[in-house]
Amino acid sequence: MKIGQATEATVCYHCGTPCDGHLIAHSKTFCCNGCKTVYEILDSNNLTEFYDLNAGAGTSFKNAGPKKRYEYLDDEVVQRQLIRFSNGNTCRVILTIPAIHCTSCIFLLENLYRIVHGIESSKVHFTKREAHITFDKRKISLRDVVEKLTAIGYEPNIQLDSLNEQKTNFFLRRYYIKIGVAFFAFGNIMLLSFPEYLGLDAITESPFRKIFGYINFVLALPIVLYCASEFFSSAYHALKRKSLNMDVPIALGILAMFFRSSYEIFSYTGAGYFDTLAGLILFMLIGRFFQNKTYEALSFEREYQSYFPVAVTLKNNDKEQQIPLIKLRVGDRILVRNMELIPADAVLLSKNANIDYSFVTGEATPVFRKNGDTIYAGGKQIGGAVEMEVIKEVSQSYLTQLWNDAAFGKQAKENITTLASKVSRWFTPAILLIAIGALLYWLPTDAARAWNAFTSVLIIACPCALALSSPFTLGNVMRLLGRRKIFLKDAITVEKLDQVTAVVFDKTGTLTNTKNAKIEFVNDEGMLAELHAEELKLVKSLVYHSSHPLSKKVNDLLQQVPRYETENFVEADGRGIEGWIAEHHVKAGSKKYIYGENYPGVNAESDFRHASKVYVSIDGEVKGFFLIKNEYRKGFGSLMKTLAEHVSVYVLSGDNDAEKNFLKQYIPAENLVFNQSPSGKLNFIRSLQDQGKQVMMVGDGLNDAGALKQADVGLVISDDANNFSPACDVILDASQFEHLNGLLNATHKGMGVIKVSFGISLLYNCFGLWMAVTGTMSPIFAAILMPISSITIITFTTLASGWRLGRNSLE
Amino acid sequence: MEIMFVLIGISLVFAIGFLAAFIYSVKSGQFDDDYTPSVRILFDNKVNPSSHKKQNTCK
Repeated sequence: MKIGQATEATVCYHCGTPCDGHLIAHSKTFCCNGCKTVYEILDSNNLTEFYDLNAGAGTSFKNAGPKKRYEYLDDEVVQRQLIRFSNGNTCRVILTIPAIHCTSCIFLLENLYRIVHGIESSKVHFTKREAHITFDKRKISLRDVVEKLTAIGYEPNIQLDSLNEQKTNFFLRRYYIKIGVAFFAFGNIMLLSFPEYLGLDAITESPFRKIFGYINFVLALPIVLYCASEFFSSAYHALKRKSLNMDVPIALGILAMFFRSSYEIFSYTGAGYFDTLAGLILFMLIGRFFQNKTYEALSFEREYQSYFPVAVTLKNNDKEQQIPLIKLRVGDRILVRNMELIPADAVLLSKNANIDYSFVTGEATPVFRKNGDTIYAGGKQIGGAVEMEVIKEVSQSYLTQLWNDAAFGKQAKENITTLASKVSRWFTPAILLIAIGALLYWLPTDAARAWNAFTSVLIIACPCALALSSPFTLGNVMRLLGRRKIFLKDAITVEKLDQVTAVVFDKTGTLTNTKNAKIEFVNDEGMLAELHAEELKLVKSLVYHSSHPLSKKVNDLLQQVPRYETENFVEADGRGIEGWIAEHHVKAGSKKYIYGENYPGVNAESDFRHASKVYVSIDGEVKGFFLIKNEYRKGFGSLMKTLAEHVSVYVLSGDNDAEKNFLKQYIPAENLVFNQSPSGKLNFIRSLQDQGKQVMMVGDGLNDAGALKQADVGLVISDDANNFSPACDVILDASQFEHLNGLLNATHKGMGVIKVSFGISLLYNCFGLWMAVTGTMSPIFAAILMPISSITIITFTTLASGWRLGRNSLE
Repeated sequence: MEIMFVLIGISLVFAIGFLAAFIYSVKSGQFDDDYTPSVRILFDNKVNPSSHKKQNTCK
């Protein structure tokens, strides 16, 4: 130890978390046996490079929950859904492993074949957090693969609706191929057009001109027929709907260029515009591609199926059997253990149960249920295992009924009119007018010139630059926001955010941070106080054994406090706990439990609901209670004020109205609504929309799913991106909550950049049109103007949006 | 100068060959992940599943 240095902090060699250093093996310190075991596995297989790449990179086993059960993976039906490819005895499975976070993880997972007999190879896709594992099914089963992965700290996240990833792959690949073909054609056409540019008469007079022309024509065919196909189909669909979008003038321009150039080539009157055509399509494809940036590791589309467990434990005359959720039927008896989700509406068969519905209704305290009560799906059982009988199918439960609402049927909320489509509504008619005007003007004097002018106008007005403004700006805004941990589902969300006029907040978990509650101790005189060290040890020893959320919060507060052994620990579900510790009788729980039924004032309970109280008594003497208050997120107050300056703010909560007085200071009382059911929230959003408002819903839990879908923009506040969040348009990391207003400002700035960029491209268009209407425009002119305008726009939008959004955090 | 036709012809054939190779590589999934390969080459113990022997396996 060096002088001046305090005790050396010991960390676990495997996972890097601080530990007390009493577990030492192989001359290294570990925090628990789990970590030590994984180290030994790696060491015996010569894979210690894992630690050389990143120290302490392992997943910590210290606070690992109860062992997950994977028996359902032996089921044929489940296997067929998960195994992607099967060739004889070789099977390939793609597993999502949220624990992948660094290069060491890649190293270890790609060396799996060394650790696990039966695995032939494995490949990691880091950005998607996936591992593609190939194994021999004679030597190892799918279930074993998953169990071994969990044993080394890389537990896979098994979802049965994970078959939508295929789509992103094919989508991107198509773009790569189209851009590849377009670039190939563009380069070669430009090469063969060089004689034109350089005005080399020697070459242009000879047969070369004809041959080059024909080759250009052949090269242009794949571009127009294959690469540009999406512009044509989009324009066609818009026209069918009797509306105009940006692709209509683009398609017109492409057709004009193609036919005019073909005519010129085959009648030997000119060189054609194939180089401009190819370049234009190439740039626009790149613009489209740029706009389609997605965040592959996040999922914006999670439906309720990914919230519910994949399998449940069925009780068949005292025999337990794991079955996949889809096989669950009405009348089945199921066993739900501690911290497990209740998958379907059921009747309780056990004596009593304690259900935590916080994710569903927003109610923070668990609900106590007796034998015979109906228990709704979606809650988590706290405490011992309970049995229940299913009364409704999974898809018919109270909660999932929400998904039958019309809000979920809508594919895309088509009421958003993008800025680009607004511009194209007058742009296309204007262009057509000018083109026809030029045609009619020149027709009497010089027919050839007239057609020249007509097609030139269509060509030069082809809004390549205009069409690039939106994708590049929006794509850039998305990236800049992503760097600040605000993830948008797609580019159009930026425009939607720009138009928001009302913001609705869920209360529990969204405005409040359920993880960091404030705990204070109040003594029996009603004053803030501290328990003595000895008393703290007694309390800690007691709450350590309880799985009730309130006990856990007290336990977290007393993390550093050492504990004694507890005897005769009794948990009276939902009401309290008691035990004998070091010769003292310690009790903790609700007021009723501690004081007894007959204590005056116990029934006239005005429990502060926004604060929970855990009363404590030692040897019959009540010491006071722990007051646990939900903490509102950092920046809550100032955020409400700044938001109120330009949008209407509402708060919807599934909880009761205990906090109304507190919230009134920030939000007008008529904008606060409590006791909302999930469908109540959805209807509230609808009513706001009927008033003509553009609504953004901010939520976090399953109970907000309907509202999030119905709102124009759904935003989810996430403490951990790997956890479940309902389908939404924006995922905001909880640390960025105070910058919510900054998000809205950023979208305004982004749209401003687009407007300026439109202006610049229109200037280019006017300049080009001035040349085009004279009927003397040459191919070279177009070939120069188009790339220059495109590059100007791309550079401008990228620099301007970067500058406007600023280098620092959003304000 | 007629040789130009031959030269242009050959260069186009080559270019088409490259395009075909590109399309093949995209379709076979080589461009699906552009991050992990950059990390993979930095490992000391090169992963070589075809030549692995039966090692100590974890039970």
